[in-house]
Amino acid sequence: MDGQNITGKKTIEINQDGIARTFQNIRLFKELSVLDNVKAGLHNHYRYSTLEGIFRLPGYYKVEKQMDERAMELLKVFDLDREWDYKASNLPYGKQRKLEIARALATKPKLLLLDEPAAGMNPNETAELMETIRFVRDNFDMTILLIEHDMKLVSGICERLTVLNFGQVLTQGETAEVLNDKRVITAYLGE
Amino acid sequence: MSFLSYLINGISLGSIYAIIALGYTMVYGIARMLNFAHGDIIMVGGFAIFTIVSTMGLPPLLGILVAVAVCTVLGVTIERVAYRPLRGASSLAVLITAIGVSYLLQNVALLIFGSNARQFTSVVTLPNLKLADGALIISSVTIVTIVSCILIMIGLTSFINKTKVGQAMLAVSEDNGAATLMGIDVNRTIAITFAIGSALAAVAGALLCSTYPSLTPYTGSMPGIKAFVAAVFGGIGSIPGALIGGVLLGVIENLSKAYISSQLSDAIVFSVLILVLLIRPTGILGRKINEKV
Amino acid sequence: MNKKKVRMQNGITYGIVVGCWILVQIMDKTGHMTSLLKGILVPLCMYSILAISLNLTVGILGELSLGHAGFMCVGAFSGAFFTKCMENILPNLQARFFLAILIGAAMAGVCGILIGIPVLRLKGDYLAIVTLAFGEIIKNLINVMYIGLDQNGFHFSIKDTLSLGMDETGVVIIKGAQGITGTPKAATFLIAVALLLLTLFIVLNLIHSRTGRAIMSIRDNRIAAESIGINITKYKLMAFAISAALAGVAGVLYAHNLSTLAATPKNFGYNMSIMILVFVVLGGLGNIRGSMIAAVVLTLLPELLRGLNDYRMLIYAIVLIVMMLFNSSPKAIGLRSVVMERFKKKKAAAKEAA
Repeated sequence: MDGQNITGKKTIEINQDGIARTFQNIRLFKELSVLDNVKAGLHNHYRYSTLEGIFRLPGYYKVEKQMDERAMELLKVFDLDREWDYKASNLPYGKQRKLEIARALATKPKLLLLDEPAAGMNPNETAELMETIRFVRDNFDMTILLIEHDMKLVSGICERLTVLNFGQVLTQGETAEVLNDKRVITAYLGE
Repeated sequence: MSFLSYLINGISLGSIYAIIALGYTMVYGIARMLNFAHGDIIMVGGFAIFTIVSTMGLPPLLGILVAVAVCTVLGVTIERVAYRPLRGASSLAVLITAIGVSYLLQNVALLIFGSNARQFTSVVTLPNLKLADGALIISSVTIVTIVSCILIMIGLTSFINKTKVGQAMLAVSEDNGAATLMGIDVNRTIAITFAIGSALAAVAGALLCSTYPSLTPYTGSMPGIKAFVAAVFGGIGSIPGALIGGVLLGVIENLSKAYISSQLSDAIVFSVLILVLLIRPTGILGRKINEKV
Repeated sequence: MNKKKVRMQNGITYGIVVGCWILVQIMDKTGHMTSLLKGILVPLCMYSILAISLNLTVGILGELSLGHAGFMCVGAFSGAFFTKCMENILPNLQARFFLAILIGAAMAGVCGILIGIPVLRLKGDYLAIVTLAFGEIIKNLINVMYIGLDQNGFHFSIKDTLSLGMDETGVVIIKGAQGITGTPKAATFLIAVALLLLTLFIVLNLIHSRTGRAIMSIRDNRIAAESIGINITKYKLMAFAISAALAGVAGVLYAHNLSTLAATPKNFGYNMSIMILVFVVLGGLGNIRGSMIAAVVLTLLPELLRGLNDYRMLIYAIVLIVMMLFNSSPKAIGLRSVVMERFKKKKAAAKEAA
C-alpha cells in the first residue's frame, strides 16, 4: 500500500492506511439503523470526545450534524436515503450489499476491496450491482479490488485482471487479454 | 505426612467436583447451555438419601439408588419443561431460565425441609484406612470417592465411544443440524445427556454429603459453581478435561486452605482459573475456535 | 427525524423517574406510606442504577458479565472507608457523602479497567465465568482485610486486628469479615433519585453518541467494526469501565443506607450479580428503561408478597421461569404473532364494517 507492506498489520491499522473492505457473507451492524451504519464508518473522520457526547457540549451537535449530512450524501449515492431510518437487518439482500459498500466508502479509503459482492445475487441484482460499482469507480477517487468468479460481472467492469489458480498467480493483464488466455480457459473449464 | 493427607483429601474433593463437572460439561457440549440448576440437583440427591436413610431408616445403598432415580427423573423433567421450549432462543434466555429453575429447587427444598442444616449420615460404612502406624489416616469416604470417580470416568468414556447413543451424543455436540440430517433424534439425545448428568449429580450428592455431613437447601450451589469452574478449567465440553479440572481444583483448594489461608482459598482457586484462561482461553483441553471471515 | 424520537423516548424515561418521585412525595404527605415502603425506596433506586449500568455491558456492549456485584462491592467499601476516615477532617456529612460517591465511582471504574484488560479478550461464556470469578475474589479479599488508623497513619493486615500493631489512639476501620461498622446514614430518597437520573443521563447520552455507536457496532459485528477502523479494545474497555463506575455509585449508595457494611455472599456474591442480570434480561437487552422498570417491579414483587411468607421466593422463581418461556421461546413468539395477526385482522374487519 503506497509502497508499504501491510502484511501482518492489525485490521484497524490497515483501515487507517486507507483500505476498506466488504465481506463475502454480509457483515452489517444489524441492530443499528441504516444511517448509523454509515455513521459508524465515519467514526475516524469526524471526531468528538466521549465527554462531549455525554454532556451534549456544542462539539457534539456540530459534528453530529456534519456526520448526518455526509452520511446522507453517501446513502443518496446508493439510493438508500429513503430507508435511512430502517434497521439494517430489515433491508432486502441487494440493499444490504449496497449499504456495506456505502459503509466502507465512509472510511475514505484509497483502495476498496470487494469480496465476492455478487454472491447469492440473481442476474438482475448483479446487473444493478455492476452499475453501482461502475458509479463508485467513476465518482470516487480510488482503486477497487474485486474478488469474484461471476464472469459477467468481472468482464463487465474490470480493467486489469489477476487470475489465481490454487493460490498461484496464473496470469495477469488487461481484461480482454486475460480472458482469452488459453491457460485461464483451461483452468476454468478444463481441457 | 500431613502434606500427603491434605493432598489425598484434595484429590477426593476434586473427584467430587469432577463428577459434578461431567454433568456441566456434557450438557454444555451438547446443548450449548450453562445449566445453572445442576448444583441444586446435587442438593436434591442429598435430601433424597437423607429421607431414605435418616428418616426412614433404610439401608444407604437403597438411598443412593432412590436418589439416582429421583435426580434422573428430575433432570429429564426440567429439560423437557423448562429448557426444550427454549431451544433456538438466545443462550442468555436459557441461562436466566436455568437460574429460575435453581431458585425453584432451592425454595421447594426450603419449604419441605426448612433452612436448618440437617446432619447427614455417611453412606460409606467401611472402616478407615490406617497407614504407617496410624500416622496417615485415610477415611473410607475418601477412598470410595476416588474409586467411584475413576469408575465413572472409565464407564462414561466407553459408553460414549462404544455405544450408538454415545456416538449420537458426539455427533450432536459436533454439529446439531448435521446430526439431525443424519437421522439422529436431537431432542432424545439431549434428554439422555440430562439423565446421565443428573444421575451423576445424585452420586456426587451422596459423596459430597458424606464428606461434609451438613445438608441445607443451598448445599449444592457453591460446589456447583466450583464444579462449573472445574469444567471451564479443563476445557468445557471435554470429559477428560472435567477430570483434570476437577482434581486440580480440589487439590489447589485443599492445599491453599491448609498452607495459606482458609478464608482466601476460594479467591486462590478463582485466581488460578483466571490465569489458566488467560494463557489458554478455552481451558486446558479445550479446542480452539477460529472465527472465519 | 429519528433524533426527535430518541429525545422523546428519553424524555419519557426521565419523566417516569420524576413522576415516581412526585408520587412518593404525595403519598408521604397524605400518610399513605408504610414503613416497609419507606425502607425500600433507596434500594429501589440502587437496583435500578445497577440494572442500567449492567445493561451497558450486557445489552449495549454485548458481553455477559456475572461479576457486577464485585464492582458494587468496591464502590461500597471505598466510599464507606472514605466517609469513616474523613469524619474529623470534614464534618459536613453531605459533602463527605458527595465526595465518597466520586471516590467509589472512580475506584470501581479503575477496577473495571484493571479487570477488563485481561478479561475482555475472552469470549461469551468464558468471559462470564471469569467475571464471576473476579466478583468472588473481590468479595473474598475484602473479607480478610483489616485496616486501622492511628496517629502514625494507616495500618494494614490480612490476619486480624491485633496484627495491625496500632498504638492506643488507633481505630479499626475495616474489620475483616465484620466489615465497616457505624457508617453514617447519608443516603436519602432525594439523593438516590438524583443519582438515578444522573445514571440515566450518562448512559442514554452515551448510547446516542459517536462512542455509543462504536460500542454497538462492536456488539453487532466485531470483525466489521475492526474493518472500518474502530478500536475494539478501547471501546470495550470504556463501556466496561463506565458500567463498573456506575455500579460503584450504587455501592456507595448501598453503604450509606445501612449502618454496617460487610461483604456477604448475599449482598456482594454472585447471587447478587445474577439477580441484576435477571433485571436486565427481563427488562430487555439494550432497553434502558426496561432495566429500570424490571428492577423496580422485581424488587417490589417479593416485598409485596411478604404476606405469603415462605411461598414468596417460590412464586418469584415460577414467575421468572414462566416469563422467560413466554418471552423467549420460539413457539411462544410464534403464537404471539399469530394472535397479533388475528387481532389486526379483526380490527381491519371492524373498520371495513364501519
